[in-house]
This record gives sequence, structure tokens and C-alpha cells, in this order.
Amino acid sequence: MATPNNYSWRRDKDGLGVWEHRGKVAVAGYGHSPVDRRWDGVSMDKTLGAYSILACQKAMDDAGVTPDQIDGVICCQGHIAGGSGGSSAQWAPRPYFDPPYDTEWGLTLVNAEWLIKQMRLPNVKFAPANVPTIGEMVGMAAQAVGDGLCTTCVMIYPTGNLEGRYRRGGENADDYARGARQWTVPWGNHGGNDFINTFPHNQYCLRYGGKHDDLAPFVINQQRNGMLTPWGFNATHGIEPITVEDYMSSRYILNPLRIWDCDRPVNASAAYLFTTADRAKDMRQPPVYVLNHSQHNFKQRSTQADLDEIEMWTDRAAKRMYEGAGLSPKDVDIFNPYDGYSVMTQFYLEAFKWHGVKRGDAFAFYAGDIRVEGPHPFSSSGGNLGNGRTRTAMYTDSIEQLRGTAGRRQVTVRAETALAAFTTPPSGGWIMFGKHPS
Amino acid sequence: MPKVIPVPDELSKPFWDAVNAKRLVLQHCTGCNKLQYPPQQTCQVCGSDAKLAWKEVSGNGHIATYIVIEDGRLNRRIPDQPYNLVMVTLDEDPTINFYSNLPGTPPYKVPVGAPVEVTFEEVAPGQLIHEWRVK
Repeated sequence: MATPNNYSWRRDKDGLGVWEHRGKVAVAGYGHSPVDRRWDGVSMDKTLGAYSILACQKAMDDAGVTPDQIDGVICCQGHIAGGSGGSSAQWAPRPYFDPPYDTEWGLTLVNAEWLIKQMRLPNVKFAPANVPTIGEMVGMAAQAVGDGLCTTCVMIYPTGNLEGRYRRGGENADDYARGARQWTVPWGNHGGNDFINTFPHNQYCLRYGGKHDDLAPFVINQQRNGMLTPWGFNATHGIEPITVEDYMSSRYILNPLRIWDCDRPVNASAAYLFTTADRAKDMRQPPVYVLNHSQHNFKQRSTQADLDEIEMWTDRAAKRMYEGAGLSPKDVDIFNPYDGYSVMTQFYLEAFKWHGVKRGDAFAFYAGDIRVEGPHPFSSSGGNLGNGRTRTAMYTDSIEQLRGTAGRRQVTVRAETALAAFTTPPSGGWIMFGKHPS
Repeated sequence: MPKVIPVPDELSKPFWDAVNAKRLVLQHCTGCNKLQYPPQQTCQVCGSDAKLAWKEVSGNGHIATYIVIEDGRLNRRIPDQPYNLVMVTLDEDPTINFYSNLPGTPPYKVPVGAPVEVTFEEVAPGQLIHEWRVK
């Protein structure tokens, strides 16, 4: 298995022009495991490894691909949960079990090497290490197929969660703040998208007018779309719809950020089958073409990102994506930005000018008809808020909408292009899908 | 309950030494005439490391915005909840900002836009941190 070192796959600069593989790479399958709140520590059929294998098998079945045809495996091995973030290896050491669960691998850690062995994939030639999270990983998979490093690639994103309060350990239990944390933690910022975005969100409300609870229609609609997603946490766990009153009476986390503004950590895995457009035509499902992928990693000026920086960064990300896809805002039918905390989503909506929404217009847009049945089916996936912290709903919904298989979430407007992301304003990536290759 | 204690490193030691002497000093690029905080190995504008020097600043700023931490993840600060976390901009360069718990101001009573001045608070024997108070 030969994997090139220092493979340069990112499209993370301004002015790169149209992607050279536009429409030549496609997604031909996807698969989801069940979405559990946590792994119970004993059910071997519900480990992150078991769920990742299941997701891969479903993605391969969806595409009609056999194990011997897989020649690329790209798996993110940073699985969200842990003492203070990052790798779930922080859960170790633990009592182990019989093979293949005689180490942490397969329990709360999954990587390509472990999956290839367990799934007995005989012909894998591309299985990189140090794979980023899904927002960038989709770009890595698309570029690898486009560059010919592999032709039939399964891409896996596992997200783990165990018992206990999320990230109430590790560095967050330390009396000392080391490294970059010395500039934030003494005052209470332990890091995360909630801190990154809530301050600029407050500035947004001041600059453009509006209040935090103007997010309620968006949050409620995310919950609704989640309940229309058969595999998601909400739909499979009987989560009841919420009302404006429920939202406005819910407890605060980082006031004004409420509990309903935050996604729910879960234990789950999802997989996607990337292949060449030519091969995809002969597979089981209609191809969903990749029209561009782009990444960004902007450096903030000081301790806390402010609204000016957030708007500048998201504007640049939007420009990169549109340029690489050869499309403009009016061309985008499905828009699934990241929503892990509700306070950031308006920045993306306005930067990408979806349905003509300009800076300062998001709250008024949310107050309109954003249901999937309506004229502005914003975030038709339900995102993380509606489905749990899988970070995959945005991609799966985009694929389903273009296939016309989104069921009760199927939009009534045109569905020929879709934009999806897992990203923060400073770092992450976007991907543009098309029903047609050009 | 005490705050989490910063651990100076080679790059930040001059900063924390100054704070422990109740002075606020920031990196200043003599080439760009630009301040920066937190400290970095090079100037974030021109990339120079040779032109970076420490410069004392006034310690005057303004409150840009704030949140109130009601359910944070830091074990050491949980007994303090709810507490203010304020974003303070520096008057010499408002693109530079600091965090503050705004001692002396009750939670939720933060006067956004108000002027503040730096103060210093002991978080461990001999270790101060820079804090801010409403003027």
C-alpha cells in the first residue's frame, strides 16, 4: 500500500480558478450507522469500529461496489470526544476485550489501517494518515480520485462519545494553562466554536440590529428537518419538536448561547464512496458530481476573532468556492452550511449570498419560510442541530436532494447543485455537488 | 475559587514577567509599527522576527462585547459560575483584544462600550494575570 508523503491536495488559496477535476469525480454511495448518544462501553456491535464497518458496507452496497474494488480508504482518526477535545484516545486506558477489540482501536479509535484489516479489503493502494476532519476530508477524497491516486475510495467519518460530561477532563480539569491556552483559559475560555462565534454573534446583533432569540426560527426548523431524517438522532430517539417558547425558556450555556443552540454529541459513523465520474455512471445510483472543493485556514489577529474578521474570512471562503466551481450564488439550489452552534450559521448564509441574503439580513430571512416545502429550504439537512453531532448530515442531505431521494425533506424547488460544509469561519472546507457534471 | 494559572514559556516569559511587575507590554514590530498580542515568533504582518521588541502600552481599552459563562467546562471555574467573559479592545489598536472577567462588575451587568483600564490579579503566589476594570 503506497501512500505518498506530503501529498498536496488542498485548494486553500485565493485565485486558484476552476477546479481541474470539476465534474470528473462523483459520489456514488453513502452509508450511516445508527446514531447513539453514547457508546455504553460493553456492546461490541455498537463500538465506533463496528459502526464504521457498518457505514462502509452500506456505502459500498449503495454504490454496488464489492470489497475487492476498493482501492482507497480515507478515514479521519480525530473523533471529537475526549477529555478536553481532540482524539478519543484520551479515554484510554480501559479494560480491553477479545480481538479485534484488544486495544483502543475499534473501540473509540478508528483509522484506515484498522478498517482495511477488519473489512479484508485486498486492493487498497491509497490510505493516508493524518487525515483531517470531514470538512476538509471530502476535498482530500475528491482530489485523490481526481489525481488518480485511487479510483474507488471509501471515506469514513466516525464521531465518538462516551459516558460522562463532554470534555470535562484532560486539560479542562487542569489547574494550569499551557501553550496557547495561557491566553484564554485563565479567564474562562476553554476553546471551541461556541467561544469563537458567540462574541462576533453579539457584535452582529449590535451592528445590524436584532437579538439572540431571533435565531429561534432557524433552530426550530433545524429540529424539524432532523425529524424528517430517518437515520438521525432526533428521528430515531423520539425527540419532540420544540417551540419558540421552549427555545426561549431553555437554559443558557454561554449566555446568550442556549442549550438548543448547541448540537448533541453522539456516537456514530458515516461513509461515502468517491469514484471517477466515468465509473460512477455504471454504479447502482445516479452519480452526484463534485464541482469543487476548497479549504481555508485563516489566522486571527488577536485573542478573540471579531465580526470584521469573521465576515472577511467567510467572504474569502465563498469567493474561493464559487470561483472553483464556476458558479455564482444564484446557481446554488441546496445550501447546507455548518450549524454546530447556531450562532455561526448566519455568517455563512450571508457570505455565500444564498437566495440573495446579504450582510445583516439573516434574521429576517430566518423569520420567513425556510421549511423544506417552501421557497427557501435553508439547511434542508437539519444539520448537526437536527441530527446530532455527526457532522455528516449536510453531505448526505445534499446527495439525497440531488438524487431526488430525500423523502419528506425533498425540496420543492430546483435541486441540481448543492453546497455543504463542516467548517468554522477560520478553518475548514466546503464542497459543491452537482446533479450534472457541468 | 482561583482562576486557572498561566504557565509562561520561552516566548511568553517577558510578557508574564512584565505582568508580574504590574506592567502591560506587547510585542511591537519596529518595521511595521504594529502591536500584536498574544505573542508570536514573528510579526504577523511582515513576518520578521528580528524587528519584534516589547513595548509598554497604556492599559486603556473599551468593552466590545461579552458573554456570561453559565455552564463552562473548566473544573476550576465551575464554582464561579455565572461569571462575565468580556472582550476588551486596546485603545492604541482596537484590532488587539483581551479577555477579562471584569472584576467589580456583577454578572450580566457589563456596560458594553464603556472604557476600561488594566489591573492585575494574583492567581498563584507570584503569578499575576492582566485583568480590566470599568473606569
